[in-house]
Amino acid sequence: MAIYSPPLPKSVGRELQQPDAARLEFDDIQHFLIHRSPALAARYEFLTFRKPAAGRAWLKAMIEKVTTAAAVRSGQLDTRWVTVALSWNGMRALGLDDQSLSSFPEEFRQGMATRAEVLGMAGASHPEHWRGGLASTDLHAIVILFARDVPERERCRVEHEKFLSECHGIEVLSSLDLEAIPPFDYAHEHFGYRDRLSQPAIEGTGDEPMPGSGPAIKAGEFVLGYPDEEGPTANGPKPEILSRNGSYLAYLMMEEHVGAFRDFLRQHGDTQDEQELVAAKLMGRWRSGAPLVLTPEKDDPKLAGDYQRTNDFDFGKMDPHGYACPLGSHIRRMNPRDTAANMNRRKMIRRGGTYGPPLPEGAPEDGRERGIAAFVGCASLVRQFEFAMNVWTNDPNFHELGNERDPICGTQDGTFDMTIPKRPIRKKIKRLPAFTTIRGGAYFFLPGIKALRYLASLT
Amino acid sequence: MAATLVETPSTRIEKTRDWTKPAAMAIPKEGYFSLKNGRYGPLYPRTPACHGFTIIAKIKPGREETIRAYGKTIETAISDMPDALATLKLHYLRWVLFDIGKDTYFMYQGIFDTDFDKYTEDAVALFKKVGVNTVFENLEGFPEDWKTNVPAFVKFVREHQRPSFLEYGEYPYETADEIKKALQLKAKFSEMLDLMQ
Repeated sequence: MAIYSPPLPKSVGRELQQPDAARLEFDDIQHFLIHRSPALAARYEFLTFRKPAAGRAWLKAMIEKVTTAAAVRSGQLDTRWVTVALSWNGMRALGLDDQSLSSFPEEFRQGMATRAEVLGMAGASHPEHWRGGLASTDLHAIVILFARDVPERERCRVEHEKFLSECHGIEVLSSLDLEAIPPFDYAHEHFGYRDRLSQPAIEGTGDEPMPGSGPAIKAGEFVLGYPDEEGPTANGPKPEILSRNGSYLAYLMMEEHVGAFRDFLRQHGDTQDEQELVAAKLMGRWRSGAPLVLTPEKDDPKLAGDYQRTNDFDFGKMDPHGYACPLGSHIRRMNPRDTAANMNRRKMIRRGGTYGPPLPEGAPEDGRERGIAAFVGCASLVRQFEFAMNVWTNDPNFHELGNERDPICGTQDGTFDMTIPKRPIRKKIKRLPAFTTIRGGAYFFLPGIKALRYLASLT
Repeated sequence: MAATLVETPSTRIEKTRDWTKPAAMAIPKEGYFSLKNGRYGPLYPRTPACHGFTIIAKIKPGREETIRAYGKTIETAISDMPDALATLKLHYLRWVLFDIGKDTYFMYQGIFDTDFDKYTEDAVALFKKVGVNTVFENLEGFPEDWKTNVPAFVKFVREHQRPSFLEYGEYPYETADEIKKALQLKAKFSEMLDLMQ
């Protein structure tokens, strides 16, 4: 998951005619989930408000810096894109009243650290080991800065640092710098897998779904206040201004153990080709991004980057037994396509990037931390994000597998397996090691602009 | 939560599971051996009789015939769409009405292979499709806004769930999928024998 992103989709400005209730108020929606910014660097700052008035003053000033979806859609050439989101404790620290606070969904009120058991975050991934104050109730806000390049990020960092020093009552709990890793020709993460191949298109934004991805998803699945896949929505946070144009974000900082991953490939493959196949079986796509369902025997990098073809497959009809793409592989869990019910109620939007230095091919593990720091955006954390973590990622009995978890991002402790269906007899890798560890996480509310103004003006 | 299974009578039996050996399991009053939270509350263990629920709720006065009429409605719905409830990995559902004094109660019992909590929203969506949760509207205390409020629906189900204190399986822990595979194999084998005549 590198930060590099393609420019805006050509479809912007060609959005479908929407009935009024479904017409997105782009000038009141933060750009973050609606449009990806073409950034090569980023910085996340996690803040605590020591004084409510300082928090409100900071927020009031920051609203002017926040990038709206309308701004991105206008085609203006920006060099940095700012997003502001708040935790439940953060809204309390700003002075939001108890009635409003209790109108937020229970899982959001509890926060990610409290929900760790539901999310399967145990062992080394347990919140007691998290860093940067993320598991603390002092975590109040996050500023997400995406920048065109590193110098621009540094300029913004210094500017924000200066502003914070004038706020008297706001502290930075921790921060994280992110940079895309080479080669820059397409987005990929530290293991080398191509990323961003499967993202839902939101109805009303003009984005067209890739062939094989099904129709565009109703905006209410991602943005509060709009009809979702089941119709009009209700029970949003109160007052009303908070339940319009906002979303929920689940933040995850996931370390990738690149040395352990490469050792594993060498252990299970004698030749380079065999190792690539093992890597592909774990993911469900070759590292180039080419899907195993369409090209099970050998890699096809050309297919990988062809957006007309790279998502144009299903599992149930094309690979029911998992001979091409194992039933427990990452993509089969994260997007079961035609093998799960109500898929349109489980879609999420991913944003984020890679942190830490890349480990050069052939180099031994250097002990330096590297990984992915990403956000999942949705309208319901319990229905979308928590379901994906609880069932798709960490349920050992997913697809009746019995003793498996997601080989890439599931909580692994050396007691779970990975089955690779193969004729005549399947191959079973026993005691899969952990290739990733959760180093931190949090739930945030990503308010609309008017909602941010409301929160900044509390007394 | 440890990543490995917590050692309980349920996991101990399951680890050494043998379908030829019938098994019974006594369950504590709470319905679970150790508290393990799912998205909507405590998770209940898989027993020799698989996962299941027993929901018992008082019906609104005068609704008995309305509820009975749903029997036919759902029979027709499943006949038209036999795989409508596939997601739930069900073995059996049982609907029962019974009286206590002047009140009538509805008991809804299901035996299935997935943890209900994991697929709650899917279950609610399926129930809507075949009309199961409209029958719930005839029960006292059922949330009126269930169509847009899944958590309220789930709360109602959990509040009316009565956990078993004993469950028994003649062929313990076998899933409906495994049983169907075995029957399929038997059918294919008979067919093969026919072809060899």
